[in-house]
Amino acid sequence: MSEFIQQLINGLSLGSIYALIALGYTMVYGILKFINFAHGEIFMLGAFCGLYTAKALGVDAPDIPMALVILLITMIVTAVIGVTIEKLAYKPLRNSSKLTVLITAIGVSLFLQYLGQLIFGAAPQSFPTIIENVSFDIAGATIGSNQIVVIISAILLMLALRFIVMNTKMGTAIRAVSNNLTAASLMGININNVISFTFIIGSSLAGAAGILYSINYPSIDPLMGLLPGLKAFIAAVLGGIGNFPGAAVGGIIIGLVETFTVGYFSPTYRDAIAFAILIIILLVKPTGLFGKKDIEKV
Amino acid sequence: MNSKILFLSSLVLVFIINLFTSYIDPYYYTILIYIGINIILATSLNLINGYTGQFSLGHAGFMAIGAYLSVAISTYFAPFFMNTFGTGTFGQTISFIIVLLLGGSAAAVAGIVVGVPSLRLKGDYLAITTLGFAEIIRVVIQSMEVVGASQGFRGAYIFDNGVKAAQIPVDMTDVPYIFYEVPKYTNFFWTFAFVAIIIYFIHNLINSTYGRGFLAVKDDEVAAESMGVNTTKFKVIAFVSGAFFAGIAGALYGHFNLYLNPEDFNFLKSVEIVVMVILGGMGSMIGVIIAAVILTILPELLRTVSEYRMIIYSLLLIIMMLTRPQGLFGVSLKRKKKK
Repeated sequence: MSEFIQQLINGLSLGSIYALIALGYTMVYGILKFINFAHGEIFMLGAFCGLYTAKALGVDAPDIPMALVILLITMIVTAVIGVTIEKLAYKPLRNSSKLTVLITAIGVSLFLQYLGQLIFGAAPQSFPTIIENVSFDIAGATIGSNQIVVIISAILLMLALRFIVMNTKMGTAIRAVSNNLTAASLMGININNVISFTFIIGSSLAGAAGILYSINYPSIDPLMGLLPGLKAFIAAVLGGIGNFPGAAVGGIIIGLVETFTVGYFSPTYRDAIAFAILIIILLVKPTGLFGKKDIEKV
Repeated sequence: MNSKILFLSSLVLVFIINLFTSYIDPYYYTILIYIGINIILATSLNLINGYTGQFSLGHAGFMAIGAYLSVAISTYFAPFFMNTFGTGTFGQTISFIIVLLLGGSAAAVAGIVVGVPSLRLKGDYLAITTLGFAEIIRVVIQSMEVVGASQGFRGAYIFDNGVKAAQIPVDMTDVPYIFYEVPKYTNFFWTFAFVAIIIYFIHNLINSTYGRGFLAVKDDEVAAESMGVNTTKFKVIAFVSGAFFAGIAGALYGHFNLYLNPEDFNFLKSVEIVVMVILGGMGSMIGVIIAAVILTILPELLRTVSEYRMIIYSLLLIIMMLTRPQGLFGVSLKRKKKK
């Protein structure tokens, strides 16, 4: 039982990180209908930005206000990177075929990975302890406070996102554009602004996820974004791509399944299980758990 | 008619050149073999991604299946092959043909297993699913002790008490054994004979009813379907033939490199093959062959700056898509946008 609770908390904290990344995938897919493959690399850059900000600010001991500053700076930096990628690589291709955009996104993803290796070095680096980790017991299970911090931060960020999307003018515009891009532009919505804003939100969430991930798994390297990125994408598909609550739920499910596979089955299959879920969901219900069926018009 | 003569004469030419390969510097010989293997990989992927307009990101997975299966058979069953066909050139040739075809067929079967469900999906989803399958294949190989798991596979130990393993088990250190290392079957002739075969095969396939079907699927799947084209059938045929040749390429690679590691068949290997197809021009045989040759030689020339290799690859991809999405040699099909 105690092991179960431990795995559950681990799964929830990993899952909430996947959920944050998955939200970025879902937002971009909802509007531009393509997979932003480079999103996982934004997550990686978030972790490194956190590392270098902490170094620049001289943070090496746990310090909660400083941790918040680092988080904020990272979110701003990753948002800028996200928008820059959109303007340079994706915007010129807005009317190209989906395949062209997909290949470009793969190219951007690889470019960031290997540029990262060049700049940060290929060897893993250790992320500083910016938040104190206290262990305490719940029903016999040892839980680190980091896990709880990650879960709570992720929930707060998701609530903020929900507020932006549901209660602000920009949020309404995002929903309108993802419903029908052409109709929204005819109603006077500035599509380019909305797309940029989507990339700002998505990338800052991925940057925050990078920090939260590094708090739990303090060894970071330039290729760390690949697998969490793909798993978060799978989470977005599982929840129904384009659907916000779906991405959050999908992320949690993937995180739980992964930790329980590692805990009760075999660590070898930790990466394969997510792909197995993807294949099953695409075969059984391609629209995902909460997705609406899209009618293809000819 | 002409292509048949060309095909047969190129086989003869490859055979004649093969007689003189001992004069080639071993380093250049290795590059030459890898050029051949990469041409097979790139042209077979071109059948799926180029002619049929699907987007597979998992070609390295099929290559891995062909490589591992063929190498495992030619080591674990080495005594059987030796007893049945002898150890001379003839016996080796027969053994090699058998393991090559088995490797290719296993990859083709995997192609059916992967293709039938996932080819219902389009574009991005297909890319991710094929990537996922390739990852799963790699993870499974990585956990299979019989082919050395993550330590890689060099050959099979066959013990006197009948046990066969890729490594000496701890409790059997004093049992006598024979070590069968991977036989170096792959040479210039086999590699380029298969290059000729795949070019001939794809050339004929594209100019047949199947080729028309592939192009129809690529151009407009919905229109093709409403004209009575069985799109699923054509997609699966393209996918399975592509997987078969990737398996052959894997078997050739395994019997040349003599050491297999699951990491050789990771996501980057798939990307490398995709880059060849895209750079050459999806659907252009000549372009893809030229791209495969260039992208095999280029890393050798860039050895001193090897850390920039993937950066150059990825920038090539991005710039190519922004400026010339049809590839260097691809033909752009101008179609009216329906909106």
